[in-house]
Amino acid sequence: MTLQQLSLFLENRPGRLGAPLETIANAGINILTLSLADTAQFGILRLIVREWDRAKQLLEDAGWVVNLTEVVAVGVDDRPGGLAAVLAALEGAELNIEYMYAFTLRRGDKAILVFRFEDPVRAIQVMKERGLHPVDAEELFNLTT
Amino acid sequence: MLKELWNDAEGGFHPAGAADFLPESALRQVQLTRLRAVVSRAYDHVALFRQRMDERGLTPSAIQSLDDIRQLPFTVKTDLRDTYPFGLFASPLGEVVRLHASSGTTGKPIVVAYTREDIAVWSEVMARTFACCGMHRGDILQNAFGYGLFTGGLGAHYGAEELGATVVPVSGGNTDRQIMLIRDFAVSALCCTPSYFTHLIERAGELGVDLRALPLRIGIFGAEPWTDGMRDHIEAAAGIRAYDIYGLSEIIGPGVASECAVQEGLHLFEDHFYPEIIDPETGEVLPDGAEGELVLTTLSKKAMPMIRYRTRDITSLITEPCDCGRTLRRMRRIGRRSDDMFIIRGVNVYPSQVEAALLAVEGTLPHYQIILTRDQGLDQMAVEVEVTPEVFSDKVRALEDVRARLAKAIEHILGIRVILRLVEPRTIARSEGKAKRVIDRRHEGT
Amino acid sequence: MSERTDRHLSRIWEPETETLPRQPLEALQLERLRALLDRLARVPFYREHLAARSVGAQSIRTLADIQRLPITTKDDLRLHHPLGFLAVPRHALARIHGSTGTTGRPTFVAYTARDLDIWSNLCARFLVAGGLRPEHTAQIAFGYGLFTGGFGLHYGIERVGAAIIPAAAGNTRRQIEIMRDLDPEVLICTPSYALTIADGAREIGIDPRALPIRYGHFGGEPWTEDMRREIEDQLDIQAFNNYGLSEIIGPGVSGECAERTGMHIQEDHFLVECLDPETLTPVPDGEPGELVITTLTREAMPLLRYRTRDIARLDREPCACGRHTARMSRVTGRTDDMLIIRGVNVFPSQIEEALLRVEGTTPHYQIEVTRPGTLDEVHVKVEIRPELFSDRMDQMQALHERIAREIHTVAGIRAHVHLVEPRHIERFVGKAKRVLDRRARAD
Repeated sequence: MTLQQLSLFLENRPGRLGAPLETIANAGINILTLSLADTAQFGILRLIVREWDRAKQLLEDAGWVVNLTEVVAVGVDDRPGGLAAVLAALEGAELNIEYMYAFTLRRGDKAILVFRFEDPVRAIQVMKERGLHPVDAEELFNLTT
Repeated sequence: MLKELWNDAEGGFHPAGAADFLPESALRQVQLTRLRAVVSRAYDHVALFRQRMDERGLTPSAIQSLDDIRQLPFTVKTDLRDTYPFGLFASPLGEVVRLHASSGTTGKPIVVAYTREDIAVWSEVMARTFACCGMHRGDILQNAFGYGLFTGGLGAHYGAEELGATVVPVSGGNTDRQIMLIRDFAVSALCCTPSYFTHLIERAGELGVDLRALPLRIGIFGAEPWTDGMRDHIEAAAGIRAYDIYGLSEIIGPGVASECAVQEGLHLFEDHFYPEIIDPETGEVLPDGAEGELVLTTLSKKAMPMIRYRTRDITSLITEPCDCGRTLRRMRRIGRRSDDMFIIRGVNVYPSQVEAALLAVEGTLPHYQIILTRDQGLDQMAVEVEVTPEVFSDKVRALEDVRARLAKAIEHILGIRVILRLVEPRTIARSEGKAKRVIDRRHEGT
Repeated sequence: MSERTDRHLSRIWEPETETLPRQPLEALQLERLRALLDRLARVPFYREHLAARSVGAQSIRTLADIQRLPITTKDDLRLHHPLGFLAVPRHALARIHGSTGTTGRPTFVAYTARDLDIWSNLCARFLVAGGLRPEHTAQIAFGYGLFTGGFGLHYGIERVGAAIIPAAAGNTRRQIEIMRDLDPEVLICTPSYALTIADGAREIGIDPRALPIRYGHFGGEPWTEDMRREIEDQLDIQAFNNYGLSEIIGPGVSGECAERTGMHIQEDHFLVECLDPETLTPVPDGEPGELVITTLTREAMPLLRYRTRDIARLDREPCACGRHTARMSRVTGRTDDMLIIRGVNVFPSQIEEALLRVEGTTPHYQIEVTRPGTLDEVHVKVEIRPELFSDRMDQMQALHERIAREIHTVAGIRAHVHLVEPRHIERFVGKAKRVLDRRARAD
């Protein structure tokens, strides 16, 4: 049920973000979504791509430090309160959210929330129990193309 | 001469502590002689004191007995601020050989001065402190009190030198190195704040160093309040005897009072510092044994005599003889204060100092709260400040800049590092009347 | 007596000893050197090395014979950690200080009460030569602690009878406020910190020339004549240079007189040679060489021919001040890779050890030293490795902080740590360039 997310270490200086994206683009790999966390000095670029194993290899060959992380994606209605409803459902389950980001789908009225949990397997279980809808890779990429 | 003849091998009596054992009648006589001299000195050289005496129609000749001290006016901390820098000096500047300073209650500094004789007295009372705690000549003392304008470091340094111990002047911080030094030099005594030592114990555990297996024998702890529970923990975990010492820079620095082997109250070196206990509300002197605010008069200070200085520390005096044989009266450990000062890592902090810093940066006083915690034995001070619309920015770096400026302003006044957190508006609990400015969580769970 | 001599005389702390003519001075040195060799027999290291060369007090007939004696290096001190060089019983020690080691472990220096007494006196000598008088107040903006910086001068000032403000290092604004309020005539710190104080004063709207300071005694790091002019101009003071190192005694080995044409070596206590660092043979006076120092009077930890790694020149011409002691130039370089950062001695190997502690192996790294304003800054670039990379920002920040903390623990400096991408640091054939020192060099 989990998704594979690629994380890259980047120095926070002009032009650094473009380089890895170009590497992937040149190989014809499409990026579903990305998020960037940065400090004044360095940043972490997180990517979700369909062919994550090929992308990882390409990036590593080009000299980047790349990590693979399991994240959980959840579909919600793209309307006010959508995120709040998910967070409310998770409340009290003692799930540690390390970080999260969100994106909306080009078609339709759905948004996707991407969570990094300390324990993704248990998180999926809890979500299902509480009537949420975690989406797997297959479903996610079908939704987006 | 006596010092030369003294035997290094055995503990017990140290010549530095000879005055600790004066017969009570002789001690009172010394006190009266010195009190009359110091009152005259202050009257002749300190304008503020003279003015207050004149207002009461008093002259130094009013002091005929020790009880006559009750007629004299009090001195308070703000007097030091109001007369800054040299207003309370009773010696010409040419005779001053040392100046120490600390920040006053509002960030405006206060300064204290010493003549060569004052430094000698200070060294003497600190040597007596170490002797009281069982240190000998030949002991190796690691001095982890901070050196500088704070009186702790240099006070202990000169005292240990006077005692004839070997001083390792490591100053504060760098715990790993402190532990390495204790081990490599077979350090036998160490002085620092009690909270720093509990941190050191934890760190030693992480590094796999068993302090109990080392020659460290004596811990001399002061500059902040601590409890018997902390003592039990320290003594068991480090395999040492832990002693409480007391002092304040307005009076001399460390060296005002010290525990002895009996560990039941701190002997006041009252041949130099005359103690009274007063009701902090009325100023009335309380009978022996009653709890109240400690008031001290320096009997031999030259550069800056303090007459009836209100310490704001709450304690009581023990007049019963001590099993150690010292005739000096004892004071109980300080448990609380009669003002809102708190002590963090040995540094005295008033909420008003924090307010002065916040005000200086923001122009108006934001809602804030000070939260004190203890993490692995180390005190942390966090200041939470509510973000106001004026300072808010959607740029992380701009907010980071505000945060850094607030932290820097506070650190500039206090001289210690603080954690500054910007919090959302209205997250700090408001209460009717006075807001709770300080949340002390240091003793939770211990 | 001319006015000039009068002026100088008032600036000599111990006229009789300090103005000893060369001949009796050298006779005193020879006598003390021979006595030293007898005392060194109590130190196993020296007993062994002297025996191996079959030399002793009896082999020293002239001062030049010192070349037959063995050299001592910092490594020797390190190998006999912590106090293998003691020549007195431990209980006779009054003080223990440390000096920076090439790794995280400092090397130690011990003093008897008499050593401390001599040290105070030596510092009093150069302080008085540089204008200090008993009625003055001196602000010490040097750190106190295990390293010797603050203490020698503290005791020297106390010996003279002047008042001390033990401000210690840091908190520049506070230093300026204290200075403005308490009127010290004398400032003690590193030369770069003097300029920081001038900058800091201007920032809060105080004219640095209006500060009460009249004399400055600066040491702990190399500086230049240009810097002296700048300091004197900005603060309107007279600036004096002094030299020393912990292993020998701390500050007090040499210091300038009013002429300020080199630092007078206190030759009655230190025998200083200036040697070619390759061949260890003497270089002619006036030529640069490595200073090698023998402590003639130290009790607790006497050192024979200690290699300082400092490059300087010697001048034995008499000085107009009336002293006949040799003068040394400013230190113009080092014969090893030690850096001095804000008065703290740092070896690249210490940074390497700190990184090793955090990462388990040594990553690719580079140390860059800059001086953007008046203060040195150290930037340590560390290439990130896959094992240490995390997608979580808190863990990356923790790594970043752990490296900075470990460098502070091992090397005693606060460095700016930069995590950089792999292969960011330029590789050279053979050895990587570990240190880029972009500060202006001493002349």
